[in-house]
Amino acid sequence: MTDTPKFTSLKVQDPHTKNRNAAEKRFRSYGIIALAIGGLFLAALTFTILKSGLPAFTQYVMKLDVTLSQEQFDDAESQLLKTAVYRDIFVDNFAAQLDAQGVDVAYDAAALERMLGKVGGDIRAHYRENPNDIGVPTTFQLQLSSRVEGYFRGRVTRDTLVDSRFLEKADLDVVDVLRDAGLMTGRFNWAFLTGTDSGVDNPGGAGIGASVIGSFFMMLVVLFLSLPIGVAASIYLEEFAPKNRFTDLVEVNISNLAAVPSIVFGILGLSVFIQFMHLPQSAPLVGGLVLTLMTLPTIIISTRASLKSVPPSIRDAALGIGASKMQSVFHHVLPLAMPGILTGTIIGLAQALGETAPLLLIGMVGFVAREFPDGVAAGFLDPNSAMPAQIYTWAARADVGFYEKAWGGIIVLLVFLLLMNAIAIFLRKKFERRW
Amino acid sequence: MGRLNQFLGLLLGGTTAMSLLLTVILVLALSAIGYVMGTHRALRSASGDQRLLHSLKGYYGQNVALSVFVPSAILLVIWLVAQPLFINQSVSGLIADQVGAEGVSSALIVQDMRRVADGLDVVVAQGVLSDDAIAALDAESTNIRDVLAGVGVAVGSDVTQLTLDGARHYRALATTGNVLRGFVVLAVALAGFAVALRRTNKDYRARNVVERGVLVLLFSAATVAVLTTVGIVFSLIFNTIDFFQTYPAADFFFGTRWEPSFSGRGGASDLGFLPLIWGTMFISIISLIVAVPLGLFSAIYLSEYASDRVRAFAKPMLEILAGIPTIVYGLFALLTVGPLLVNAFGNGGLFGVNWMSGGTAAITAGSVMGIMLIPFVSSLSDDIINAVPQAMRDGSYGLGATQSETIRQVILPAALPGIVGAILLAASRAIGETMIVVLGAGAAASLSLNPFEAMTTVTAKIVSQLTGDGEFNSPETMVAFALGMTLFVITLCLNVFALYIVRKYREQYD
Repeated sequence: MTDTPKFTSLKVQDPHTKNRNAAEKRFRSYGIIALAIGGLFLAALTFTILKSGLPAFTQYVMKLDVTLSQEQFDDAESQLLKTAVYRDIFVDNFAAQLDAQGVDVAYDAAALERMLGKVGGDIRAHYRENPNDIGVPTTFQLQLSSRVEGYFRGRVTRDTLVDSRFLEKADLDVVDVLRDAGLMTGRFNWAFLTGTDSGVDNPGGAGIGASVIGSFFMMLVVLFLSLPIGVAASIYLEEFAPKNRFTDLVEVNISNLAAVPSIVFGILGLSVFIQFMHLPQSAPLVGGLVLTLMTLPTIIISTRASLKSVPPSIRDAALGIGASKMQSVFHHVLPLAMPGILTGTIIGLAQALGETAPLLLIGMVGFVAREFPDGVAAGFLDPNSAMPAQIYTWAARADVGFYEKAWGGIIVLLVFLLLMNAIAIFLRKKFERRW
Repeated sequence: MGRLNQFLGLLLGGTTAMSLLLTVILVLALSAIGYVMGTHRALRSASGDQRLLHSLKGYYGQNVALSVFVPSAILLVIWLVAQPLFINQSVSGLIADQVGAEGVSSALIVQDMRRVADGLDVVVAQGVLSDDAIAALDAESTNIRDVLAGVGVAVGSDVTQLTLDGARHYRALATTGNVLRGFVVLAVALAGFAVALRRTNKDYRARNVVERGVLVLLFSAATVAVLTTVGIVFSLIFNTIDFFQTYPAADFFFGTRWEPSFSGRGGASDLGFLPLIWGTMFISIISLIVAVPLGLFSAIYLSEYASDRVRAFAKPMLEILAGIPTIVYGLFALLTVGPLLVNAFGNGGLFGVNWMSGGTAAITAGSVMGIMLIPFVSSLSDDIINAVPQAMRDGSYGLGATQSETIRQVILPAALPGIVGAILLAASRAIGETMIVVLGAGAAASLSLNPFEAMTTVTAKIVSQLTGDGEFNSPETMVAFALGMTLFVITLCLNVFALYIVRKYREQYD
């Protein structure tokens, strides 16, 4: 009556089990693929940043020894067209050096000016500022024009170059010869790190130094406002606040502020600090105030977590030997929570350092940070840019040369962020206490 | 004596920053002195025997120091906020009758006056002109604009006699205000000093007073969060109301065209909100299409499959993505992803289709933003999946389910509300994200379904309307506040809803 059951080996999977096992493998691989995409993206981002940003740290110069005698100097200064005389002196020295090195190439003074800009003016300025160099052989490192620099970096090629008064195709032959002779070389671009922003037509001269200072002053404001206010608020909420409507209101506010878009804080800064209080536009002080309000929720949340992690036995012991509630908090709980608080603060500061959107609205973009602030008060109150705002300004300019600067600026910004996070991790590892 | 005069001059006159700094230093010094003197006085009243004091001796010092510092600091802050408001009022009053005739808004004239006044400060500071010489200036015979340009202060138009008078009035008021501020603040500090010191004796309950004072300070720090929210709401509401007085609300909310006219070109602007919110939603949805599967599968893998070693490596890797500043993503979208997509989908591209003409498009911004959102989705979902009790997994395994079947049929349904909350939080991030769309999405507002077309969002337009060179009081600028208001309301609702879902879900297992 009944079919005899078909016996199969347990070691052979039936089709249904096979399907289920295949589904299992598939599902697992989805997770691996998702993680791999994240990792790939991170790798691509790192690669792009390094590849596009590192060139900003080199600068191409022409090295040349020039000797100028006192007579030549006096003679040149007495002429009507002074820079032209200096240019001729430069060309003479250039020719002499080529001869000395046995390099043979056809060039004219105009070609040199196309490659180097107004050399005469540069040389005259140097000797007028350093009269002691007169009569002594001096090595000049003259920055190459942005198109020649583009040729070195592969941005400009013979195919893409259109002959113009800025650069001609024939000049590139001269450049090749001079490069092989070691007269044109790259060097580390200190001016990018220490310099100020340049005008919209001079990507070569743009530096991030001034905006690093701007960011520094902003971070000072954020640190000195958000740390005390944040810690005080956390102590109140964690240790003293009664359970009532107002405390609930504060709690809800803090969790909501943490999720308010940063651009809204920019609007707040614009209408309260600039329109209403008439604080100066583009000032690091205002930027710092806005970022303080943005960072406060982060700091409060992490501070409360570290206050919470101090066990109640510490408080009880302090109260037990006669300390007041306030004394137990300030003498015992707070010092024990300090490493966690500092870690949270540094991470909050790192977030604030990279924030751009609110700075756009308070006028830190489009402002050309041409000079360093001359003093502490000016550092807070004079218009300046900040690192991310400077990067945005460069990215928004028409000249492609600025893109490289923007990527270079990102490297500088990320180095600061990495440093801050490394300090935070170090603090956590070194001082974290498990109870 | 001359030195003292110079010092007083700096303290009471001088530049605002200088006198402010000196006032603060003096108040701080006074509180330090107060601390020492308070401690000593308490000890002396107990004839040097600490045991007779009600509180530890330091509390008497702290009491005096706080009585000096806190009232004067509060007064100083209030003064700093109020003085410019008062001066503005007074200067506006000066020109109230002349405004109608010249047909220029009074806010603009006052702004000019302030700029000229600041310029004159620079002129004096650089020693070009003395204060007396400025009092004798008159706009007919001297070109003030050139004088100011000489010290590096640029003024938009020629300075009229009216502006000059206003600027002088402004400077006079500011100087008087600075002098008064120094005096009043120091007087309050001294009064606090005297009162607190007089009270100090061995029976004074200094600890209780100081602790109550500190508690009030802690409490006021906690109210900063509330004040910030109030500040945000007020700055948005008032400006939005101003905007709706010059531009009809219905046209804003239901307009389908976004074409602001630029200042100077004339013509009415179309400031319709719909194309912007459409762009925002479209780009957010693209980013969620990227972020949700990637983030969710990462979270599932990390919490259910991954070994400790993989976890220790992969979790920080995802967190790095969350720590990268958005300007970096923006630049990456603009300069790398955009051109890459054009190479793939553009004219003569890899796929031989001509869908994309420019690098800045909805898909550029959306995909990069999606990558940025992966960690938001994954870390929250990770927590939520981990919170599902082990007993549910064990039960499912006991019935013979494979691991993936357990995840799909037991864990995910149990974790679903929390995951939805995480996705909503990610969506609120996407809607409020600014830099990626400013750089990557383009500037043209369009109601289109094509992801390869340039689109713009609410946040990008807030930036462009407020950083443009339009006049501040024009509807083209004020519209940014209405946009900010809607953005704030939308993200607030999403956050509250998401937190509500997450919280409600968490209670189930506790």
